[in-house]
Amino acid sequence: MRVRVALLVVVVSLAACGGGAAATSPSSTSLSGYINVFAAASLTASFNALGIAFHKANPGVGVNFNFAGTPTLVTQIEQGAPVDVFASADTTNMDKLTADGFTSGSSRVFARNQLEIVVAPGNPKGIAGLADLAKPGVIYITEGPTVPAGKYSLQALASAGVKVTPKSLETSVSAVISKIELGEADAGIVYTTDIQAAGSKVQGVPIPAADNVIATYPIVAVKGTKNQDIDDAFIAYVLSATGQSTLATFGFLSAS
Amino acid sequence: MRRERVPIVVIVPAAIGAAFFILPLLGLIVRSPWRDAVAALTAPETLEALKLSLVASLSATAVGLVLGVPLAWIYARVEFPGRDLLRALTTLPMVLPPVVGGIALLLAFGRRGLFGSWLDSTFGITLPFTTAGVVMAETFVAMPFLILTVEAGLRSMDRRYEEAARALGASRWRVFTRVTLPLIGPSLFAGAVLCWARALGEFGATITFAGNFPGVTQTMPLAVYLLLETNQEASFILSLVLLLISLVVLVGLRHRWLIA
Amino acid sequence: MSLEASIQLTLGPLDLEMELTIEEGEVVALLGPNGAGKTTLLRAMAGLVPFTSGHVRLDGKVLEDTATNQYVPTEQRPIGFVFQDYLLFPHLSVLDNVAFGLRSRRMPRAAAAAKALDWLDRVGLKSSARAKPSELSGGQRQRVALVRALAPDPRLLLLDEPLAALDVTTRAEVRRDLKRHLTSFQGIRLVVTHDPLEAVALADRLIVMEKGRLVQTGAPADVTERPRSQYVADLVGVNLLKGEADHGSVRMPGGPVVAAAGAETGEVFAVIHPRAVAIHKTRPEGSPRNVWPGRASHIELLGNRVRVRIDGDVPLVAEVTPAALKELDLVEGGEVWLSFKATDVGVYAA
Repeated sequence: MRVRVALLVVVVSLAACGGGAAATSPSSTSLSGYINVFAAASLTASFNALGIAFHKANPGVGVNFNFAGTPTLVTQIEQGAPVDVFASADTTNMDKLTADGFTSGSSRVFARNQLEIVVAPGNPKGIAGLADLAKPGVIYITEGPTVPAGKYSLQALASAGVKVTPKSLETSVSAVISKIELGEADAGIVYTTDIQAAGSKVQGVPIPAADNVIATYPIVAVKGTKNQDIDDAFIAYVLSATGQSTLATFGFLSAS
Repeated sequence: MRRERVPIVVIVPAAIGAAFFILPLLGLIVRSPWRDAVAALTAPETLEALKLSLVASLSATAVGLVLGVPLAWIYARVEFPGRDLLRALTTLPMVLPPVVGGIALLLAFGRRGLFGSWLDSTFGITLPFTTAGVVMAETFVAMPFLILTVEAGLRSMDRRYEEAARALGASRWRVFTRVTLPLIGPSLFAGAVLCWARALGEFGATITFAGNFPGVTQTMPLAVYLLLETNQEASFILSLVLLLISLVVLVGLRHRWLIA
Repeated sequence: MSLEASIQLTLGPLDLEMELTIEEGEVVALLGPNGAGKTTLLRAMAGLVPFTSGHVRLDGKVLEDTATNQYVPTEQRPIGFVFQDYLLFPHLSVLDNVAFGLRSRRMPRAAAAAKALDWLDRVGLKSSARAKPSELSGGQRQRVALVRALAPDPRLLLLDEPLAALDVTTRAEVRRDLKRHLTSFQGIRLVVTHDPLEAVALADRLIVMEKGRLVQTGAPADVTERPRSQYVADLVGVNLLKGEADHGSVRMPGGPVVAAAGAETGEVFAVIHPRAVAIHKTRPEGSPRNVWPGRASHIELLGNRVRVRIDGDVPLVAEVTPAALKELDLVEGGEVWLSFKATDVGVYAA
């Protein structure tokens, strides 16, 4: 009698542990629940696509995204926002999050990116390279120095020996793209993937490899997540051949 | 004076309401790193942002007075078809999300905007990314407060004083400056202060329309927002400063803004 | 030098149609019940109320004329207006209030202050020059309002119920002062009042207005002795009847014939002082030819007199002593007989 009660208690408590308890096996069809993924702004288009594909492969799982400038995301995570996975646009922010104790497990690099100058379609101001950003009459904007793209653009400009003061320090690559689209600014520095995602609304001017900066994008599960297995599955998917080829179609460079 | 006992059904919600406002202030005071306060406050970026904020908000208030008082006067004194619609339009920024206001400003005064493109092609003047743009964004969101307050003051003043002045030979301008304005003094003052306080705290329209650059367009609210990502504790201190400025203003106003 | 106005206007429920002419040298009081349109008329002459048709001419100059579409704005009219509530500017000192009209006419600050101070001195308020209006008493404020209007030497002085805001004791004293100032003022003076005492004390001529129309005009004595409207009759406290005269009697509408010595022919007013009306419990015998039955509808004790309103074919107010009242054993609603002599009926053309 007591043994039966004890077994009952064990079974009930196992069941009460939540949906995760039943999904210890990595079999994709038994996953259910949803996760919140905070990802850098430059991952908007690609991660939305990855999310849809991941859901198709795992119908019981939903993925919610929050895209913003990487430093903004770090702040939100550290202030207690509910989040399961974090994809950063550089290693500096990821290191900060890790050092502050907000990560679970170690981060993995899943993609790389490089910079490109963004201009209005038709390139009306005739920007040919980084030096032209300093041309009089050109309104150049970029991301703030704590945003990875902003940090890298400063590096690229320094490498090319170009001195130019931006007219504004935006909070994310998306904001820079928006202002170029609106016609408020003439040029900015964003990632190649951003220009591809914006399609015909903007045009890109390549930056030579000598001055360009390769951005490394790591991904990690966030400490305190209640869906470690879905997190692992999602990260695995991003790192898988399918995921990598999806990222490549959006213009990302491979992880290695 | 005999004190009447306040009913419980009033005290409890009132206490909760008060706590709702007091707790955040306490949170800021407790979490702010007072040791580093002086350093945070005197850092060059902070002083730059503070100076820019003061200059821009005072300019916005001045523009608000010059443009807003005549508007308030028209709303209070002149009947014309479409007046209510016009009043609603000029009051809209009060309920509009500030970012929406910023977008609207871009579409009108941005480089490709309705009016902005003309400015650019004729004079080569662009307003986004300039301090003037900051003043415009702040005026846009803050002026409605001034207009409403001054209009209320004009409506509630005894207009017979104006008749008395006219009967004494005062021209309409003299009536306005020597009689009307002094009589609505309290409303004028309250309206200007509300306008200034709102302009000081403006964020969404500023960052959308004017952008963000230290010394040119990075006002205190923008600086605080960005500091949150780089130096959280410094951002707490600056938040406290902004909060205390607002508190001083409001306590100073007391019930002046309720009565003409 | 005169004021000549003919004004027709509608303002809410008021339908006004008035003509008046005031010569220099006469103080005219505009008298009438509340709602008669007195203040409206005054404001219309100041240019503060638009009118449907008419004109206002001061000293021959047109101030307003709807026929020729002329309109001189209020601030350009040589007028002085004393408002019922005085409307002293609360944010200015007494001196600045008085100097306001002078400064508005571009007088330099020092000269205006000096002249204002002089005027304040004339009304004994020199020491209050620096005070704010709220610090003064009602009577003092009235004087400031008056000299504020007088300081710019206006040609037309308009006073709207100048004593209405004062309590009874102050009023008497201020009335004397006002009379003095009005007398010494050189221009045209028009006072609006609902107080007959005030009208009679201040004015050389009365204009009585009711419901926006002229009812009677004349010297105070004429008006009070020969009222031409129930309003004036009530003010003065006499009984007023109207009817067709026929050699010694007056036939009233509705039938009753009143014996009135001095009644000749034509439409007439008949005035009977309440004291001349006697009350009887039963039908009286004897000399009075005017005997009428009635019912005492209202009995009012006024100190050492009693006023009894009697309803009937000839409704009248009678005045008796309290002793008489007791003797008659009179109560409200009681049946009575009234009588008066034909010789006590004053008759004049309507």
